[in-house]
Amino acid sequence: MIQDLVIYAIFIGYALGLLLTFCTVLTWVERKQAAIMSDRIGANRAYIRIPFTQFRLVWLGLFHGLADGLKMLLKEDFKPRSYDRLAYALAPWMAFTPVLLVFAVIPFGGTLVPGQLVPPLAGWFGDRSYAMQIARLDAGLLVVFAFGGLTILGAMLAGWSSSNKFSLLGALRAGSQMISYELVMGLTVLGLIVIYGTLDLTEIAAQQSGTVLGFLPAWGIVYQPFAAILFLTAAIAENKRIPFDLPEAESELIAGYFTEYSAMKMGLFMFAEFIEIAIIAALFTTLFLGGYNLPYMNDSGFVLPGNHAVALSHGTVVVIQLVTFLAKVLLLCSFQILVRWTLPRFRWDQVLRFAWKFMFPLALANLIVTAVAVWAFQLMNA
Amino acid sequence: MTWWERAYLFEIVRGLSITGGVFLNNMWRWVSGRKGALTTYYPEETRADYAAHNRGKHILTQRPDGSPQCIACNLCATVCPALCIEIEAGFDPDDPAHPKSPSRFEIDYSRCIFCGLCVEACPEDAIRMVKEVPELPMYERRDMWLKGEELLNWNPQRDVAKPYPARGGRAVRGPT
Repeated sequence: MIQDLVIYAIFIGYALGLLLTFCTVLTWVERKQAAIMSDRIGANRAYIRIPFTQFRLVWLGLFHGLADGLKMLLKEDFKPRSYDRLAYALAPWMAFTPVLLVFAVIPFGGTLVPGQLVPPLAGWFGDRSYAMQIARLDAGLLVVFAFGGLTILGAMLAGWSSSNKFSLLGALRAGSQMISYELVMGLTVLGLIVIYGTLDLTEIAAQQSGTVLGFLPAWGIVYQPFAAILFLTAAIAENKRIPFDLPEAESELIAGYFTEYSAMKMGLFMFAEFIEIAIIAALFTTLFLGGYNLPYMNDSGFVLPGNHAVALSHGTVVVIQLVTFLAKVLLLCSFQILVRWTLPRFRWDQVLRFAWKFMFPLALANLIVTAVAVWAFQLMNA
Repeated sequence: MTWWERAYLFEIVRGLSITGGVFLNNMWRWVSGRKGALTTYYPEETRADYAAHNRGKHILTQRPDGSPQCIACNLCATVCPALCIEIEAGFDPDDPAHPKSPSRFEIDYSRCIFCGLCVEACPEDAIRMVKEVPELPMYERRDMWLKGEELLNWNPQRDVAKPYPARGGRAVRGPT
């Protein structure tokens, strides 16, 4: 019992640390990548001076994120004359918390056997094993969508309670856009559920460890390439980033639903956006890119084609799985930033038309084709 | 639009490949020790392609004995549209050829607009602008008052058109 507590405390610490680190690092990555993509250098001036010396740590401008956070903490917390103080104060947290909670069900590694990992503790832990995940729920995917759907409340509350027409317009846009794209997202994932036959994210990740046709990794993107593209598009739209940043379009609505927020409350909205980038990347990795799995690798080591087996110790496997997951997530984050700095913004009517008249039918068609294919496959096998 | 463009996805992929290509190209240049960006790290780096007649930092030309050629006539301070030149005249009765010289000559670079009118106004060719602009950025506004000492000495130049001989026996005045 107490062993479970220790392990899950470690998992929660890891996940929180991971997300908050991602959040600060991604602000830097976003700046730097945008700069490098457009032949610039990017932020590189913030530094930490080691006390009592003239030695300055610049580290390619990595401390700009810290400087940003400090600035937001120290700024004046302006409050508008709103008739709904409670909703105004609650909104940033409503936007921020669910995003963090989504990560609870995402598996960030394979199976952990603490007794095997740290031999001195073997007596205490026995042969318990844990899936590297904070909460293993049978309805994991449903939880993802439940919490993902909650973020919309934050945006709506913020827009409504700000007593500002820009905010209200932004909130309306956020509401309709997020509902539309949530539908598409759900439909695309349905195809995967039909194939894997489960909502449990751990199980889904575990099923992607093998190979298809002998050489392709059995990742979701191999089975469902269309769904992968649709899912990523819908997820970026969910996150309200360019090209779908209509709710906070600077040139039209100042900052949309968080126009009236300042200091750390505005920072929370920004953090929520950056964490959501990481969450989307983690979800996409889990559903379509095999999660923590490397091709030709299982819990005991590599099995290369031609039955060359390379056995690895448990500790090595755990580290490789953690690093694999992180690397995939980072790559996908980078891809999202690439998209954000490449595409121009949609017009408002185009956003909704794109959701309902283009992506929704495609997602439906994808689901039907998948269902028919799975049914035919089962008929053939039966 | 053709159907290819209207399918949207392919054009997006094309756009992403262009920006991603630029990104990878620049990253490769950075990894291999070259610079991807055209940006110059000012003030750590100086651009090599300043025009020869760029109006940069001022210099006060020197006489052969090292004293400033300036006669403290105040023309540059008068013509200066930014009112950033301040001159206090000093008088030296021992030098009948050039009795007046600046005892204080300061330019406030926080206000200077680098128009070059002072150079045109000067009857003695005592003030010039050169193309380089070293050490102008400061953390404090008050540090941007550059004294005559620095203007005279940071890039010492003599006026070849006026080869005043140093008079023997006279003590060489330092620039004040």
